Amino acid sequence: MKVLKINKDDWANGLKKLGESCRLLGPLKDGEFHNFKELGQGELPDFNFRNTRLSPKSIVYPQSEKMFDYTLDQNDPNHNILKEAEKDYSPQVVLGIRPCDAKALSLVKLNFDTPEYQDTYWLKRFESTTLVGLACHNPCSNCFCTSTGTGPFHPEALDMLLVEDNDQFLAQILTEKGEAIAKTAGWSTEAGSDAPAQITAMKEAAEGRMTSFISAENLKNKSAMEIYEDPYWEDVSFSCINCGTCTYLCPTCWCFDVQDETCGNCGIRMRNWDSCMYPLFSLHGSGHNPRGQKLQRVRQRFMHKLKYFLDKYDEGIQCVGCGRCVRYCPVNIDIRRVCELMNRSEACPVTI
Amino acid sequence: MLEYTEKIREISKQLLKECKVDMVIGFRKGTVPMMNEPTFIKSADEVGQLVWDSNCGINLANYLTNRKENIGIIAKGCDSRNICVHLVENKIRREQLHIIGVPCKGMIDKTKIADLFGKEILNVEEDGESIVVEGDGTAKVYKKKDVLQENCAICIHRNPVIYDDLVGDLVEEQKDVDRYEDVRKIEAMVPDQRWNYFDDLLKNCIRCYACRNACPLCYCPTCFVDESRPQWVGKSIDPTDTRTFHFLRAYHCAGRCTDCGACERACPVNIKVRTFTKKLEKDVKELFNFEAGLNPDVRPPLDVYKTQDPEDFIK
Repeated sequence: MKVLKINKDDWANGLKKLGESCRLLGPLKDGEFHNFKELGQGELPDFNFRNTRLSPKSIVYPQSEKMFDYTLDQNDPNHNILKEAEKDYSPQVVLGIRPCDAKALSLVKLNFDTPEYQDTYWLKRFESTTLVGLACHNPCSNCFCTSTGTGPFHPEALDMLLVEDNDQFLAQILTEKGEAIAKTAGWSTEAGSDAPAQITAMKEAAEGRMTSFISAENLKNKSAMEIYEDPYWEDVSFSCINCGTCTYLCPTCWCFDVQDETCGNCGIRMRNWDSCMYPLFSLHGSGHNPRGQKLQRVRQRFMHKLKYFLDKYDEGIQCVGCGRCVRYCPVNIDIRRVCELMNRSEACPVTI
Repeated sequence: MLEYTEKIREISKQLLKECKVDMVIGFRKGTVPMMNEPTFIKSADEVGQLVWDSNCGINLANYLTNRKENIGIIAKGCDSRNICVHLVENKIRREQLHIIGVPCKGMIDKTKIADLFGKEILNVEEDGESIVVEGDGTAKVYKKKDVLQENCAICIHRNPVIYDDLVGDLVEEQKDVDRYEDVRKIEAMVPDQRWNYFDDLLKNCIRCYACRNACPLCYCPTCFVDESRPQWVGKSIDPTDTRTFHFLRAYHCAGRCTDCGACERACPVNIKVRTFTKKLEKDVKELFNFEAGLNPDVRPPLDVYKTQDPEDFIK
């Protein structure tokens, strides 16, 4: 694998060149935390962060996205026609995405790119995006990525992986897209032959710093109905306030709601993130709500992430261990604890 | 705090043993620093899970709404005031409740402490009036009074206003507190300034509704933002809709809000949500000389008509 060496000057100069041909996005601190934002001209991403408060999923999948324009004017020749909204799919480069969040995109892709259905909005934007990952030297104490099929240096879904090494980056080129942006940026200095071994050593050190783990090995063979009917759901769901924090911060939650909005005769149809924690999420037109109770909604979220997704795609659980929901749930519902309960093999009620 | 925990367990055990209540609602120890989880205990054998410390900032009155059981509930000053509001608004009946009152010296502000500490916090312990914060290889000690949640720092009702048991001696209430310094600053702004201030305040909102849902006042079967026949408010993150949500919600809380701070504590993106509710709290205090939740027999001023209601605004 090709490994480049990028020093600070090369980094800044390279981003300047890259910025001429594509949009650049990276973590920036605004107030108390970092989030991914478009970088202004000459602006450098701020890598002095553990991870961003919100996941970078909105880069590919905006919280609100216009799909169609329409008119209510009956005299307009376009009346009753949904016109596809113009969108910007010009190339963009995401700088400093953590490996867990990149892995999340590959999990979401399983849902948005199936043999039967392709979500063109998501896919077009994903394809126009180049992902430059930033290896995690110091995982947070409540991150558990190594238990979810990813890890602090995991290359999946990335086009390039940056590894901070004192005042320079070692950059693993992982795909042709990665190769292309390195070329555009003018990053061409090959790292020494010991670079791969050096990266492996740093990867192992980072993995050694992980302190949080989950076990999910029994979930595949347990019956969904058995878990569904387990006795702990009342206890797990009691504190839930049915807000959307876990789903909106989660890099792998993908559900959306379609809404029409009109102003005068102009209308738009858009989609907005939705959350299975909201009662409205599953409310039928008839007024019936199959998940009218909080317990049902909380159970749904964990069943989807840790069981249904696994059963459907056989690609592991729908969680990358980024720890955001663990850190920011207002009432401290902890997916690690729930996973442990679901994964227990004995059928008898557990002491909680 | 340890004494409070022991007393809470003792009272809860007794209540459950004697079948005086079907469940006790309290807190269990959280899985991350500075967080506890609201929980319910149904068996006397399980009271050992109940804890009390300075991380019990979520308002437990929120868990009482429309419940049918007989409930023991742990209530600090603000929880007890919201229980009063619930009683006034018929969300629970007094005879269903056994209120285990907790004289409170304030909850600590996890965001403020995280900022002060500057790196990842691995453990937080309380030692009397000190908060010991540990990170990777370092520890710092803060005075609890310096790291209180903002609403707790200016709280003037630390003792429960209604209770059946107390877990400790009543604490001294804070006197000469200026509750509205921040509100006055915003009132003094010229309109453009104020507009920008609110724009900036709400710019990170993701419409997750954690503020609304952590609030014991927000129990409407269908919130106005969820109303779809017809739809009142857009559901995107258009700033107009986001502002509409926050402003209207605050107005809906006027004369009912106890400034418990649960909304602000719950926000995942650190929005100072109390900015809105406090302005209305100040107005209600000035116009009607009323503070919410102090008396379960008095209806809030915007809920009743009195001939002597102020009407200076009618020109």
